[in-house]
Amino acid sequence: MTAMLRVAEGLGRGVLRGADEVGFAAALFVESLFWAVLGPARRQPVRLPAVFAQMLQIGLEALPIATVLAATIGMMLAIQSLYSLGLFGAEHFATVGIGLSVVREFAPLIIGILIAGRSGSALAARFSTMMINQEVDALRVIGISPVRFLVAPALIAMMIMVPALTMWAILVALTAAGLLVTAALEISLGAYFADLISVLSVNDLTHGLGKSVLFAALIALVSAVNGALADGGAEGVGRRTTRAVVHSIAAIIMVDMIFAFVVTSG
Amino acid sequence: MTAQASQLTSAQEPAAVSPAAPVIRVEGLQAFYGAQQVLFDVDLTVMPGEIMVVMGGSGSGKSTLLRHLVGLSRPAAGRVELLGLDITRARSMEMLALRRKIGVAFQGGALFSSMNVLDNIMLPLREHARLDRKTMEIMARLKLEVVNLAGADALMPSELSGGMLKRAAVARAIIMDPTLLFFDEPSAGLDPTVSSALDDLILKLREAMNMTMVVVTHELESAFKIADRITILDQGRILLVDDVAGVRRSDNPRIQNLLNRRSEETEVDAQAYLQRLTGETPTPPAATNETPEAS
Ligand SMILES: Nc1ncnc2c1ncn2[C@@H]1O[C@H](COP(=O)(O)OP(=O)(O)O)[C@@H](O)[C@H]1O
Ligand SMILES: [Mg+2]
Repeated sequence: MTAMLRVAEGLGRGVLRGADEVGFAAALFVESLFWAVLGPARRQPVRLPAVFAQMLQIGLEALPIATVLAATIGMMLAIQSLYSLGLFGAEHFATVGIGLSVVREFAPLIIGILIAGRSGSALAARFSTMMINQEVDALRVIGISPVRFLVAPALIAMMIMVPALTMWAILVALTAAGLLVTAALEISLGAYFADLISVLSVNDLTHGLGKSVLFAALIALVSAVNGALADGGAEGVGRRTTRAVVHSIAAIIMVDMIFAFVVTSG
Repeated sequence: MTAQASQLTSAQEPAAVSPAAPVIRVEGLQAFYGAQQVLFDVDLTVMPGEIMVVMGGSGSGKSTLLRHLVGLSRPAAGRVELLGLDITRARSMEMLALRRKIGVAFQGGALFSSMNVLDNIMLPLREHARLDRKTMEIMARLKLEVVNLAGADALMPSELSGGMLKRAAVARAIIMDPTLLFFDEPSAGLDPTVSSALDDLILKLREAMNMTMVVVTHELESAFKIADRITILDQGRILLVDDVAGVRRSDNPRIQNLLNRRSEETEVDAQAYLQRLTGETPTPPAATNETPEAS
């Protein structure tokens, strides 16, 4: 009985803390938006060089691994589709399946998880180190909003670079898949892309890229929240970094599920 | 006002004589971390041009007091007035205006690790002043000279020694020529000669720029060297506010402990030790916070 109570209590506390952090993340989002829009008029702009520096870090450095991952996923999808559809003699539909799943699901998800692991952890480590070294306090004392100076640039950079990388991943994955599909179906690459274009709608693309924008915000906000809550020296940084990555990936997958549910039922 | 300030700085004058308005006025400040109360009813007054040293063992609440003085934490109760502005009620634009007039040098320096020394020092100027880069660089180099760090502009914070870090932090804190300067533990973690040089710098700054300063430290020697008045904090309560001679004269046993270098840390630890023995969790029970203790 007491054990059950204790479990319930722990659960309750966990939920409360979770709700707290979601609220915090929402507040960070709103405040970042505030600075991005109204900062310039108050002569406290979100500095573009900071945004570009973040974009470079997030985007350019992830490009090689994103390319490799996307190509691999594209090929795997092609092999899988050709094989399973081949069982019914329906290989010709492979293009449809590959196109839809890459654009709507695989590219946004893979890039989201990749960036959560790479840039989310880097961001959480940077924020929590700054927190522990009192650099965040120093900003506030100087009269600089840490949200404007640190969170907003990272958030904006994420929300530009993650969809951009997703777009790139779509192109790479579809091309890589195309190499296998064209060989198997003995059609030209041009015919394959023409097929894709006739199958895919703008709606599919906005679905995929829209999700990736959402994932980007999740990664930046989860990392910022974890950074801001850091305490306890270098050990605290490590803990927060791990937690940020795990939570961003969990958030991405959950939101993806909700998205799929809402869209298909709506 | 300048005359009064310089009068005050001539050490022996008791601060109470001055009719000038205090630069800092704290009344009934209470602070908590969660359920644990760390500041009890703290009152503090600092006059223009004065160097007020806040002393106390580790864990006595010095840093917490400083955080409240500079507006980094909101008090649970009480008021904090800086340069006539009640910062517990100030609007954000008033606060921003005030921030330009105060400088803070943090314990570890708190330099931004992604920027070199010069960019660190220029950051407040970049945010608050509309100047071209060349002018800002010149102003920053001037401050670097004041703190004896000329030539260190291009170094990254990770390349600085402990003493240099603190000096750079001071340069950043004074870049806007503040009227009020706060210092957390200037001598912590430094060897005696370096820490003594930092004390000299503090005195030089007051003389040259007539700043009012609040310096938090647990180093007795340093406190006696720079202080006009000393506030002694003990477990979140103010034990004594007096000038150096007054502190030396005090017959309060806890202050005598401090003077005789019988480490005050062990006493704070003793309390924690007792708590551990009695099986209390790190947070003390609410009852001890509410009942006024006899001793
Ligand atoms: N972030 C915090 N969370 C919880 N307790 C804290 C925190 N910071 C300080 N404390 C506690 O508050 C008390 C006063 O701490 P502090 O103001 O840092 O003292 P000092 O600077 O004099 O060493 C100590 O008991 C310390 O353990
Ligand atoms: Mg301290």
